[in-house]
Amino acid sequence: MSSAAAKRPRPKYLTLPAILFEIRLPMPGFVSILHRISGALLFFPFAAWLLYLLDTSLASEQGFARVKDHYLQMPIVKLALIVFVWAFAHHFCAGIRFLLLDINHGIELGPARRSAGVVLVVSLLLTAFFAWRIW
Amino acid sequence: MALYTLVLLVALMRGRPTDYGAWKGLFQNGWMRVATLLFAVSLAWHAWVGVRDIVMDYIKPDGLRLGLQVVTILLLAGYVGWTVQVLWR
Repeated sequence: MSSAAAKRPRPKYLTLPAILFEIRLPMPGFVSILHRISGALLFFPFAAWLLYLLDTSLASEQGFARVKDHYLQMPIVKLALIVFVWAFAHHFCAGIRFLLLDINHGIELGPARRSAGVVLVVSLLLTAFFAWRIW
Repeated sequence: MALYTLVLLVALMRGRPTDYGAWKGLFQNGWMRVATLLFAVSLAWHAWVGVRDIVMDYIKPDGLRLGLQVVTILLLAGYVGWTVQVLWR
């Protein structure tokens, strides 16, 4: 235990403000849980939904037109697509970060925190770019 | 899978398959069919590992855990079968 931790008043009682504002998940933990959530979302429902879209759009000329000119123009569908792109981008970037960590790249506290921030920002920027292009 | 993502993005941006013929043509290429199938199989395997970890972390009762894992396997097998059906029609 470091001396800084030892000097803090103990015991510490969990008050609502403490839970809300003092105790925060560190950036790498935030990226980690989002990696899990985005992965679960990609498994279901996004994989099934995209397969359905691929199926319909490849099955026939009418199916393609229906998907492209009608279905994909609906705002709720565009919103869902944007959520998908965020989930994919985040899972992609965080996954590459975890692979690098696995081969002992950037495992010190500083670089690990910084790369977690980069993952969050890059995936949000990619999502914003996609959203701007489809709207 | 990362490689397939990049290949697909490049193919979409260079080819711009905005009509049915081009879209269908893209997925009728032999290499595209094989790449997409490889992607689907890799994805199913990867999703199995990930979902299995999630289920093992949060679902404690044995029966429910086994049930969810069986559902996961069936769903993933269904995805792969569906992909084959879409690609070779």
